[in-house]
Amino acid sequence: MKAVGIILAGGGYERLGELTNYRTTSAIPVGSCYRAIDFPLSNMTNSGIKKVAIITQNNSRSLHDHLSSPKWWDLGSKQGGMFVLSPFLAGSDSGWFKGTADSIYQNLTFLRRSNEPYVVISSGNCVYKMDFNDVIAYHERKNAEITIAYRRVPDSEDIRNYGVLELDENERLTDLEEKPLDPQSDLASIGVYVIKRELLINLLETISNEGRHNLVRDIFSRYRKRLMIYGYKFDGYWRNLSSISSYYDCNMDFLKRDIRALLAIDHPYIKTKPKDEPPAKFNARAVVTNCLVGSGAILDGVADSSVIFRKVYTGEGSQVRNSIIMEGTRIREGCVVEYAILDKEVVLSPWTSVIGTPDEPIIIPKGTVK
Amino acid sequence: MIAMLLAGGQGSRLGVLTATEAKPGVLFGGKYRIIDFPMSNCINSGVDTVGVLTQYQPLKLNQHIGIGIPWDLDRRSGGVTILSPHMKSEHGAWYTGTANAIYQNIEYIEQYNPDYVLVLGGDHIYKMDYSKMLDFHKRNKADVTIAALEVPWEEASRFGLMNVHADQRIHEFEEKPPNPKSNLANMGIYIFNWDVLRDALERDNLVHPDSDFGMHVLPMLLADGMRMFAYPFSDYWRDVGTIESYWEANMDLIRTVPEFNLYEEFNKIYTDADYQPPIFTGPRAVIQGTILSEGCEVLGQVTGSVLGPRVIVEEGASVKDSIILENGYIGKNSVLERCIVDINCTVGDGVVIGCGGGGNIPNELRPKIYNTGITVLGENSIVPDGVRIGQNCVIHGETLPADYPDKLLSSGKSILREQKNNEKGAKA
Repeated sequence: MKAVGIILAGGGYERLGELTNYRTTSAIPVGSCYRAIDFPLSNMTNSGIKKVAIITQNNSRSLHDHLSSPKWWDLGSKQGGMFVLSPFLAGSDSGWFKGTADSIYQNLTFLRRSNEPYVVISSGNCVYKMDFNDVIAYHERKNAEITIAYRRVPDSEDIRNYGVLELDENERLTDLEEKPLDPQSDLASIGVYVIKRELLINLLETISNEGRHNLVRDIFSRYRKRLMIYGYKFDGYWRNLSSISSYYDCNMDFLKRDIRALLAIDHPYIKTKPKDEPPAKFNARAVVTNCLVGSGAILDGVADSSVIFRKVYTGEGSQVRNSIIMEGTRIREGCVVEYAILDKEVVLSPWTSVIGTPDEPIIIPKGTVK
Repeated sequence: MIAMLLAGGQGSRLGVLTATEAKPGVLFGGKYRIIDFPMSNCINSGVDTVGVLTQYQPLKLNQHIGIGIPWDLDRRSGGVTILSPHMKSEHGAWYTGTANAIYQNIEYIEQYNPDYVLVLGGDHIYKMDYSKMLDFHKRNKADVTIAALEVPWEEASRFGLMNVHADQRIHEFEEKPPNPKSNLANMGIYIFNWDVLRDALERDNLVHPDSDFGMHVLPMLLADGMRMFAYPFSDYWRDVGTIESYWEANMDLIRTVPEFNLYEEFNKIYTDADYQPPIFTGPRAVIQGTILSEGCEVLGQVTGSVLGPRVIVEEGASVKDSIILENGYIGKNSVLERCIVDINCTVGDGVVIGCGGGGNIPNELRPKIYNTGITVLGENSIVPDGVRIGQNCVIHGETLPADYPDKLLSSGKSILREQKNNEKGAKA
């Protein structure tokens, strides 16, 4: 393989509210048995990348828990491996990462001790499936120094949440604005970059000396005229789990046949940490329709159009609709749950109602006993 | 203590289910294989050195065990080792008996020089903490301890029994006696002091070339006056050696409060599941009294059944009181009742399997195996659209519409297309 991988998994997004009280967005559970980081991480190993660094910073306990062993992603090898890199103190100019570029700069040893020509960088909180070999092939064809993967954003989404690209007729980057007030195109970066390893090392050293720390603003945008930076168009499914609504929608997307096939059923597989739960159990009065169900769940009640994670229990006569129920949550008899996101290990006492609206699903934080 | 797991048995009474698979490798409870139970018991009991002795059809079993990752047996010291029969300097040597198999692997055990050796079968469904049995063994200063299942008195005469003193010390073995004096059945789980076992294996090998624990080694040790104790066990334990008992034990798992609990937080049963897509239930699905493994897609109706990983049940299909193993496909509007469908089978659209009528007609080829109304589809079978199949039928391999005169396979008939693998398999 020609590349090493870096996953930026440090972000804490306040727009996810209580869902990120106990975890960074890269560790957010999605699709009944995955966490967000499984997607970029599996994409890397499925593309043949043998050496992956995962850079963490905020609220990383649950992410470290999830990344308990590299063997779940076939990264438990002597050649390569999985490197989970957290900020540490060593001298006066270290400590918390001051930005995306700084987080890689402070771990420059990882890049220096590699000999692969390229680096593939991905954010850790996006749900997508991509073969990075295609991006690298494009990068080489274009003789690019940096390649930024992008997608066309439909009108239904607010492009002002993204990094917006402007490209010339050869797909070369002419402008790049983070979360612009007045977007000049409908092309948004998806947080996937390919760059020559030695070039990245040089750039990181240069900008760090200038007190600059941001990958997008201080390298891609600032160097767009000096370097050959190209856009790579990605047409596939992509969701950024950076807001409650995108998180909710992404989970519900798994109920659609084609998206479920892409993300969960078809080869190459998205891998996750195995939990060894027994098969899900549907008891005699269960009515479970249009649902995703995780293993180890025991269902006695009614559930429809919902994403039910592992080890969830629903009691007799309970009703769950249009909701996301995370691992280990117990919904006892007679409860009504609609348009809700119940975080892990929530317990609803008998006959409790939790009802949100389609526009604003109600969130019950992890471990709540109600 | 190290464990030696005997996983070479064929399990011929499971018919077509063991045509290409040793009995310990047969799938059970949806996602598991039978061997996962003793393997998981080992690691849950703190036994982290396990030799697995394979012989009959070991390919899939070997792949399943691999380097032991699912059971945390991928270790630099100890861990799991597959022990197959192998050529010696002059001749090849199959394992000719349970004790002979251990005898041929004395060298493996000697590498670890253990104080105790646990000898297990690979074909029962149960959870047991072997460390408690070892405590019992030490407390009694025993030479041999044998796990003993307390069976109902009225069934006791079907088992190999142990007659014991008040302190559980064994004074007599009885094989299926008509008038049982005890209800303690030998479960085939033994703890030996290694020096005692080694000596016994070497001595018995001179007398019996097919050295067997139950028939030769244990009676010999008893006659020698060794301290042999019965360790009483009264939890869930099932021998799934026949089609009927295999079906029953699977069905035990779907009860609202199952006698055998797989849902505990600790002492889980581990298995090799390389990736785990979620289960999907369609908008018109009806799923009741059923367990579904990862990756199942159910659009139709499934009741009273056990489904393995990635089974697809299409719209309008109905599966009742059946076991469908990994990668099964049940076409639109097909109706299945009391079936066992082995891995990678495809059932076309509008098929009926298990349709009754005319009482219970045992299978014509092997009436002793298929006689409880259950129809079995062997691995990789294909059933064409629109045919009807009765009870106690056996299908193995790809079948064509021409195989079904009047689109019917009546009860007790068989179609066997996969006959190339081996003689015994061909007999289904």
